[in-house]
Amino acid sequence: MLLVDIILPGLVLGGMYALIALGLTLQYGVARIMNLSYGESLVAAAFGAFSLYSGLGLSPLAALLLAVPIAMLLNWLLYRFLLERLMRRGKDRGAQEIDSILVTFGVLFVIQGAMLVAFGGQYYSYSYLSIPLTIMGSTLAVNRLVALLFAAVVGGAVYVALTRTRIGTAVRAIAVDANAARLVGIDVAALSGFAFAFGGGLVAVGGVLVSMFLTFNAAMGVVFTMKALVVVIMGGVGNVLGALVAGLLLGVVETAVARLVDPGLTLAATYALFLGVLLIKPTGLFGRAAS
Amino acid sequence: MFSANRRTLLRATSLVAVATALGSFASTADAQEKIRIGYAISKTGPYAGGAGITTLPNYELWVKDVNAAGGIKLGDKKLAIEVVEYDDRSSSEEAVKAIERLANQDKVDFILPPWSTGLNLAVGPTLNRLGYPHLAVTSVTDKAPELAKRWSNATFWLGTSAQISEGLADLLGKLKSEGKIGANVAMVSVADQFGIELSAAGREAFKKHGFTLTYDKTYPMGAQDLQPLLKDAIASNPDAFVAFSYPPDTIALTEQAQLLKFNPKVFYVGVGTAFPLYKGKFGAGSEGVMGIGGWNADSPQLKDYLARHKAATGKEPDRWASSITYASLQVLQQAIEKVGKLDRAAVAAEIRSGTFDTIIGKVKLKDGLLQEVWSVGQWQSGEFYALAPASLPGARAPVVPKAQWQ
Repeated sequence: MLLVDIILPGLVLGGMYALIALGLTLQYGVARIMNLSYGESLVAAAFGAFSLYSGLGLSPLAALLLAVPIAMLLNWLLYRFLLERLMRRGKDRGAQEIDSILVTFGVLFVIQGAMLVAFGGQYYSYSYLSIPLTIMGSTLAVNRLVALLFAAVVGGAVYVALTRTRIGTAVRAIAVDANAARLVGIDVAALSGFAFAFGGGLVAVGGVLVSMFLTFNAAMGVVFTMKALVVVIMGGVGNVLGALVAGLLLGVVETAVARLVDPGLTLAATYALFLGVLLIKPTGLFGRAAS
Repeated sequence: MFSANRRTLLRATSLVAVATALGSFASTADAQEKIRIGYAISKTGPYAGGAGITTLPNYELWVKDVNAAGGIKLGDKKLAIEVVEYDDRSSSEEAVKAIERLANQDKVDFILPPWSTGLNLAVGPTLNRLGYPHLAVTSVTDKAPELAKRWSNATFWLGTSAQISEGLADLLGKLKSEGKIGANVAMVSVADQFGIELSAAGREAFKKHGFTLTYDKTYPMGAQDLQPLLKDAIASNPDAFVAFSYPPDTIALTEQAQLLKFNPKVFYVGVGTAFPLYKGKFGAGSEGVMGIGGWNADSPQLKDYLARHKAATGKEPDRWASSITYASLQVLQQAIEKVGKLDRAAVAAEIRSGTFDTIIGKVKLKDGLLQEVWSVGQWQSGEFYALAPASLPGARAPVVPKAQWQ
């Protein structure tokens, strides 16, 4: 009974963590952009969903149809006109990563500034699908279950696309070694841009769904960036399945610690788990051995 | 030939530049045309949410109101307010640096305080050293009496943690003696200075009033799921649920309580309960929820303030510290006018000793502290009415047990 009451809500919380980390794992793992403006993009999508819901009465799930293509386009433009130059200029992976950190750090403030001008600093929250659902004696909110469902479906679909399709194989090849991929005729720049844009679309999915049950404001992006980073690194950089598993694991551990030990220690548990995984497997749960 | 020409040109330009600089300097030194008021406020970072609801809109509203009325009266003329604004990025270092810059470079006449207990305590020593009056409005700390003694320029406006917890325990104690609730209280708090101080004071106050704490836990700031905490609190079967929480947690706890159909006789949540956001999100579901703060919603001055706030900023004020923030600015203005010159020490002394007419009624501080502060409010028919201390004019009777969630 208590076990069900830990595992189910834990998975639901973990589903949210996985969802907010999926986009980053593609952007960082494949396109090699350590996107520090990640959390801000997520919050921007949340604001978008909020505006559509409170202004036009559009349900957040319908807003996804609008938010995802827009986010993909914006991210593609960002890549094409700002980040691609850096990727070309950077001599090696290390230099590219440092450049992308610096640039996206700037982008962070641009997005945050725009949100502050448009929405101010105050908190926003609305209710959608805030309906209780009892499964095996454990009560869950439908909106959080929807987030878990999306994380599973989107994560699974992306995983299949990456492993079973030609384009997915090419994307993975870039993640392994961009230079070698170029030698076999893969258009690295175009595909990296696509992966970055696709990651941006996933960020929008996360932001829209999270806005249904979390209170947010323009200053909150960094919270999501941190959580996504922990999940991505723990799962193995660039590994979609790893992000899913790591996210779910984190949710279950946090919930278990909150119920069995002390709710004050959930944050400590997060970092203990993070460090523990990295000590045993420095490249993350599903990470490749360092080359 | 060319070089000589260039030299002449250079000389002429620099002369013009110097002359312009001197001219502008002379004109500002000559006669005070405006009163320069500066502030550094959290426009970004974790404090932006609170500052954006409680503090900044009131600064803007006040400046607008004063300037629309012609300005602050100084002797026989009125001076308009000119604002210098910085973002402290929710960081103590930035806030202190900004205060130094406002005083030394911008040479502002007065400085308005930042938002939050932490930042007010951080800038306190600097404002004291520079000799600026410090209206530490949005700071709840048990150190307030001691600090007010140490910093003669500072004033505190929201009461102490003990006052707030004592007010709540007192109200619950009365309900217990009337047989409306039992002796079991479940308490949760956010693990930061605010939550730690209030829960420590609460523990003592509840014990004094004969309550048993059936559950008493803290949670880290920014926790994304409070359901586990709430489930254990529910399992302890309390008559009253008390949370010293921050706005996102206040919202999350209420939402989870509704989902879990947890409807104790008293449901009390912390910062954010008095925000318009709370009513906006929960609508009829907010009915009967108690929270920190409150105001005398029937007062005509506050009704007028609510309307003006909405007209000027497009949103309703927070029903706790917003009106006090505005009142503190009215006190500042009246103190400047009473002193009749820009003498900061005299203005600070006047704020402490004078009596002022404000939207929250007559304000007279004692030992640098506003004494009559609301500690508990409750949503009743769509308005957040103050309940405690019951001795203050305008206090309403609590509705207990709380209505079923809607």
